[in-house]
Amino acid sequence: MTASYTRTELLITVIARLLEGCRHVAVGAASPVPGSAALLARELSGGATRVSVLGSLKNNFFTSGGVELFDLAAQGRIDAFFLGGGQIDGQANINLVGTGGYPASKVRWPGSFGSAYLYFLVPRVILFREEHTRRVFVPKVDFISAPGTSEPGVFRPGGPHALLTPLGLFSFDRDRRRFRLESVHPGHTLQEILDNTGFEFDRPDAVPQTAGPDPAWLALIRGRVLGEIAETYPRFAARIAAATP
Amino acid sequence: MTGSVCTLGELADAIPDGAMLAIPPDNCGAPIAATLALIRRGARNLHLVCVPQSGFQTELLVGAGAVAIVETAAITLGEFGPAHRFGDALRAGRIRVRDATCPAIHAGLQAAVKGLPFMPLRGLIGSDLVPNRPDWKVIDNPFAPGGVSDPIVVLPAIAPDCALIHAPLADRHGNVFIGRKRELLTMAQASRRTFVTVEELAPGNLLEDEARAAGVIPAIYVTAVAVARRGAWPLPFLDQYPGDDAVVSRYVEASRTQQGFDRFLDELLAREAAAA
Repeated sequence: MTASYTRTELLITVIARLLEGCRHVAVGAASPVPGSAALLARELSGGATRVSVLGSLKNNFFTSGGVELFDLAAQGRIDAFFLGGGQIDGQANINLVGTGGYPASKVRWPGSFGSAYLYFLVPRVILFREEHTRRVFVPKVDFISAPGTSEPGVFRPGGPHALLTPLGLFSFDRDRRRFRLESVHPGHTLQEILDNTGFEFDRPDAVPQTAGPDPAWLALIRGRVLGEIAETYPRFAARIAAATP
Repeated sequence: MTGSVCTLGELADAIPDGAMLAIPPDNCGAPIAATLALIRRGARNLHLVCVPQSGFQTELLVGAGAVAIVETAAITLGEFGPAHRFGDALRAGRIRVRDATCPAIHAGLQAAVKGLPFMPLRGLIGSDLVPNRPDWKVIDNPFAPGGVSDPIVVLPAIAPDCALIHAPLADRHGNVFIGRKRELLTMAQASRRTFVTVEELAPGNLLEDEARAAGVIPAIYVTAVAVARRGAWPLPFLDQYPGDDAVVSRYVEASRTQQGFDRFLDELLAREAAAA
């Protein structure tokens, strides 16, 4: 990696590119990187992209309580959302419940949150995990909180759009039910991704390198974006500011 | 006792053992002072309905042995770390979990608000949540155009025996100001009895202020109100006070073992008694 930007700034940049053209991006709990990316996308759109950040007072226009996010999704008023998973498999199934049996899971995670609904209804769901290991990217998840794909006939306007990790960016082909490696981040290699991914995926003959932020984007991230995300994630904003090369 | 003002102890006494009890998410301002009062009176066999998720409040109740069933979309302490007491109780079989997804819990409550037996909900099909919830059913959309099969999940109404919430303000008539936290209104409407702790009592009648009235739970849904200043502590409470992060961090460390949890709980209870 070059010294001109940090890994987090690269991840924010990649997500912001994936959000191009969205009318409304919703950001869920514990999501400082997606939140920053959504705010960057809003800046780049000249304000055309609306952003709601769970836990924010300033960037939260909801007045109907906790149900409003889900109702908005059902109405088709959310274009992009972010999900993660303690486990994610090659068919984009995600597990937020736990491993080693159910319900008495040896490792119990918090639970499925809104995933079993939003994954079906939001057109561009971006899977984001900051750990790229075989313990996360498994051949088959232990528990399907939300399936990556559905049988024909199941109402499903939404689903997985991309998977971003600290090593690379994948797209998801809903017909083939497979991920495709789109780019490898600077400082990392295809072999490293193969070694740390427990499922098979497609890839071009020559995998390109992920493009970093240009100076104008970097200035926005370090300026307005960091200033706004600090309202919801003060510790994250301070950490990013301190890490700026 | 509709709309009456009572003490924290009286409020805890009015929530019976075995009750299906609706509670808010930690980020709504969880009624922690009231939760400690419930633990002090030795509440048992509660069926928690987390609307739609919970964290510290459920940890305290599970660790204190007050819970039989947890119905929730998630139990999380966020960045502070794992919910150790919840995980341990599940592994030991001391509690049962009814895993859900956030909008399913909202939908169940909304069915109860409307007096309906069930509510349909999109999504869900293909999730392992469904086979683990025998009370959820998949039906064919009777209104699907052209006789095309359109499977959809239906969820039974959730009508809790009691709801327990914390709010900034109530008046002596039992009207409770909640502002934008409208899930608290849904909880009150869906539940047979609603108990509220508030930071303070307001003079007059909150419904006479037109600008504020739409953010009020009217007294008709409210069973009793008790004043509990800093009643969400150590959790943050809306724009009123920040969370006491050091205490919650210490909780996560202490609660790795039941003994550590018990000591932490004793400290909290002693602190409450001293403040009362």
